Amino acid sequence: MEPIIIEGTAKTPTVKFDSTEGVFEIKGRSIPENSVEFYKPLVDWLDTYKESPLTKTVVNIRLEYFNTSSSKCILDVFKKLEAIHKAKNEVEVNWYYEEDDEDMLEAGEDYESIIRVPFKMIEIIE
Amino acid sequence: MSFNIENYFSDLSAGNTILYYKGNVDSDVINHVLDTVEDKMVAVNEQSKLRKKVYNVLVESLQNLYHHVDKVPNDFEDQTAERFGLLVVKKVNNGYRIITGNFVHAENIERLEEKIKRINRSSHEEIKELYKFILNHQRISAKGGGGLGLVDIARKTGNKLEYSIIVYNKNYSFFYLDILVSEEI
Repeated sequence: MEPIIIEGTAKTPTVKFDSTEGVFEIKGRSIPENSVEFYKPLVDWLDTYKESPLTKTVVNIRLEYFNTSSSKCILDVFKKLEAIHKAKNEVEVNWYYEEDDEDMLEAGEDYESIIRVPFKMIEIIE
Repeated sequence: MSFNIENYFSDLSAGNTILYYKGNVDSDVINHVLDTVEDKMVAVNEQSKLRKKVYNVLVESLQNLYHHVDKVPNDFEDQTAERFGLLVVKKVNNGYRIITGNFVHAENIERLEEKIKRINRSSHEEIKELYKFILNHQRISAKGGGGLGLVDIARKTGNKLEYSIIVYNKNYSFFYLDILVSEEI
């Protein structure tokens, strides 16, 4: 399947979803007014990917800011990953946060408590 | 009787105002406000923790206006704005104050006030749980909002949501939200 490669903007993140690599990434700022429009293609792509995923999928989330409207879309992304994990494939989420950013760490912990996929919280030390 | 949205807060323009905006709130305005406030905070070397909180709260307040404002009353001075909002950002001793103002249709006031009261009587832990509950159970509305904006603001600031509702006429009220993002919480 075709990879998704999206360059980041001031309001939307950089995205790399490549089914041949098994390491996916969402990075930067996610604060669009219409987050569904941005995330729907990603969720749809994962829906197709989950039909024949790699045995191991690693997802790196490295966000500087995200708005509450993106937070629901990110949950939708995680729900797809949860389905892949439930079908006995290895899935790992690496949630990055800057060292003084407790809000971002807490946001990661929120997802970890909702989604049944192993999360790793990784502090970025500058 | 005349109604002046700016006179309502006696100190709205007083003090160290770093940004003042009144008019249509569209995507470009939001970008511009975010850039301006971020640049000003960087210029005065604001600590990154406070800077991020202010930025986050500003995003949510502006997008609340973008997604939820009701149409302005027919006799209001500015009829050009599709989404009319007021925004003031002030530097205060212990952080930043973000004040927003917008018209709310009379039929929506009670629900809005109930929501704020519920948030304000909740402890920090309860707000965290409420956030997670809404995140996990509520779909994005037709207007595009996630219903999480105010909860997120209360959670990130750790402060109560100060607000006022001023009756404009029988169909409309003007709603002010006054958020304090303090340095150490």
